[in-house]
Amino acid sequence: MNEIERARQREALADRLRAVINGPHVLSSPQELKPYECDGLAAYRVVPLLVVLPGSTEEVKATLRICHAEGIAVVARGAGTGLSGGALPHEDGILLSLARLNRIVSIEPDNCCARVQPGVRNLAISEAAKPHGLYYAPDPSSQIACSIGGNVAENAGGVHCLKYGLTVNNLLGVEMITIEGERVTLGGGGLDGPGYDLLALITGSEGMLGIVVEVMVKLLPIPQRAQVALAAFDEVETAGRAVADIIAAGILPAGLEMMDNPSLRAAEDFVHAGYPTDAAAILLCEVDGGNEEVSEDIAKVRQRLLDSGASEVRTADDDTERARFWAGRKAAFPAVGRISPDYYCMDGTIPRKHLPHVLSEIARYSEESGLRVANVFHAGDGNLHPLILYDANNPGELELAEEVGGRILELCVEVGGTITGEHGVGLEKINQMCAQFPPEELQMFHDVKAVFDPKGLLNPGKAIPTLNRCAEFGAMHVKAGDLRFPHLERF
Amino acid sequence: MADRDIAQELAEQVLDAAGRRQPLRLEGLNSKDFYGHAVQGEPLQLGGHSGITSYEPTELVMTARAGTPIAEIEAALAANGQMLAFEPPSFAGEASIGGAVASGLGGPRRPWGGAPRDLLLGMTLLDGQGRILRFGGQVMKNVAGYDLSRLMAGALGTLGALLEVSIKVLPAPVVERSLVLNLSRDRALQLMRELARQPAPLSGACHLDDQLHLRLSGNAASVAAWEKQIGGDTGDGDDFWHQLRNHGLVFFESERPLWRLSLPPVTARLDCEQQTLTDWAGSQRWIYSSCGAMEIRDEVAKIGGHAILFRHGDGKTPVFHPLDSVRERLHRGLKQTFDPQGILNPGRQYASI
Repeated sequence: MNEIERARQREALADRLRAVINGPHVLSSPQELKPYECDGLAAYRVVPLLVVLPGSTEEVKATLRICHAEGIAVVARGAGTGLSGGALPHEDGILLSLARLNRIVSIEPDNCCARVQPGVRNLAISEAAKPHGLYYAPDPSSQIACSIGGNVAENAGGVHCLKYGLTVNNLLGVEMITIEGERVTLGGGGLDGPGYDLLALITGSEGMLGIVVEVMVKLLPIPQRAQVALAAFDEVETAGRAVADIIAAGILPAGLEMMDNPSLRAAEDFVHAGYPTDAAAILLCEVDGGNEEVSEDIAKVRQRLLDSGASEVRTADDDTERARFWAGRKAAFPAVGRISPDYYCMDGTIPRKHLPHVLSEIARYSEESGLRVANVFHAGDGNLHPLILYDANNPGELELAEEVGGRILELCVEVGGTITGEHGVGLEKINQMCAQFPPEELQMFHDVKAVFDPKGLLNPGKAIPTLNRCAEFGAMHVKAGDLRFPHLERF
Repeated sequence: MADRDIAQELAEQVLDAAGRRQPLRLEGLNSKDFYGHAVQGEPLQLGGHSGITSYEPTELVMTARAGTPIAEIEAALAANGQMLAFEPPSFAGEASIGGAVASGLGGPRRPWGGAPRDLLLGMTLLDGQGRILRFGGQVMKNVAGYDLSRLMAGALGTLGALLEVSIKVLPAPVVERSLVLNLSRDRALQLMRELARQPAPLSGACHLDDQLHLRLSGNAASVAAWEKQIGGDTGDGDDFWHQLRNHGLVFFESERPLWRLSLPPVTARLDCEQQTLTDWAGSQRWIYSSCGAMEIRDEVAKIGGHAILFRHGDGKTPVFHPLDSVRERLHRGLKQTFDPQGILNPGRQYASI
């Protein structure tokens, strides 16, 4: 399409949408569109044809009906904090921002639930529930900014999901608009809905199956108390074993996080959390619940950590110290951002027992590529975030970082894990999907999408690779630990 | 129970049936054959596909073939101080893990411990064309691809036969205590609501015959503190929860139609309730009623719930709550995708799938 035709198409569609969207909420000028060109993964940028910000469910319906009739692609966006390019716009499609649907519809303390619109920030739900002694458990590290609609689309996790589950475990229902513009309720007022569990299917579907316009979340009682232990280890392997020992002792920590030396050093330099910078790794283990429960569990945790070979164990004396212990972990990504012009964040999950092997392989890739890697690990649930440090100003370094990242993800698949634990596939990890799933299963994903979106208009090109794309990527295909093409060198 | 892998034989049987458009009736260990509509078809016997294929307690994951008895799984877990947090019912017989997931039913612990779908990490599925597919995995967090394994939980085998499931297991509580308080249903619901808003270590809350049964699970200090605060006496202890889980209580002995209502927990008494057992702190109610199916369903749907004619239906009244037109279309589309010949448990859940 040439520029003149494109401009004409843009204005014609904008006119139609302005007829159904109240106020100045259909954006079409280059300077208005520019801020929407990327999400939290800024390496990929595309300017959309138009940005539409509906202010009501009716406006979402009307927008989708027009797009469906005209065959226009629709990419939904929440707060734009996603890390996998899931909300990267489509150049011939509209970007549907749900940011204006930001109302907390109701907090129902007696039913322990809240009804919220998709643009409500994750943390805002807990803030609104706090006067009732309740909170919303999933806490992705972006929770101050990320929206619940995006959390549903990505099945977001956080540091507390070993004990409290992911987004999918903390939803009661959603109201969704299909691409045809029809409203449907998935889940319900009770703990389950009739028929197939479409709520589970929608959760984590990356905006490919429908547009969520209302979310009903479960609220939990705020724990009376939380207590955290910080343990230092001389070797990463010992720290890994300590995690298994805590689980074997029958403790289910609220949070169990590991940082390796490069990441804990970066964090310490940044926020002065008091981390032992000579340690090979540290573990943060938090237990929460009632007063008595926490006292008993933290004593157990402390003893376990010492028995497992920790060189030092500190327990936070009060909430200030607890916050300080966590500050380093929570600031790990920006801390790494300070020591490197750019970094690339990976999100593989592995069976925990393979941690030493995976970390030593990552160290090898780092050495071979010359790029430093810092590791942050949700140790309790096996979700590993290697941060690959690079400088985009050095020609070829972004590509090298992506290559190292790709190798790390394939390694995760090889040891029985997955390429993404909580960030989603988006556009970023679409090639690695070919390593995780054989063609029959990928085809099944496409077929399921076609049930919801026969014209393929919702977030096209994301999350599920075409079989052709995988054929091109085939030289890297790994299945069940065996290399498909073992004679080929892999870099 | 034998450790037996008959996945290939099962796949061949499905392939053959698909070629003949011959409906198959999926069977595990038959503890829940009463549930849903009767299926006319050749049996596909999954009970013979059994055995725990991997279990590493420190990974909190167990993988087992579909026909593995729940009892075998729970014994292996108990030996390591762990449990299936969703407490699947076995009813009168021996139940399989595949049936537990396919039925999607959770026991008394469900509001706190989750349903099968909450603890399901991945599965191997035999689709309606005899293909063996894998979805999800054996790790706690996995958002690669659509969550097709959770979709199978509660689908009653209409989208595929479960061959193997991977499940998140949890540490069993150190201490468990049962309490019984003499309270009317309204007072009991009120207390349940109050407790739900406090960090009480609840793992069961059921009201029956003017008694509220509570179960506390946790470490010794926590359970002791809450036991003191709540009061009441110890009642039948574990036995009550075991009988509740498997519908062994006298309440369930009636031959009248038994309805399962899934509701918001604060719901007040419904017009259609005659005899009620209130479980899940109010969210699940088992009722006997002289109202018609339409009346019950209308009343429940108005407040966002749904009603299942769980047992002793007349064979004609739909067992499961009717779907609206959009959901109906999505169900039919998914059925067509996974089972294009319509041979897997046709009609067991809804006539159209």
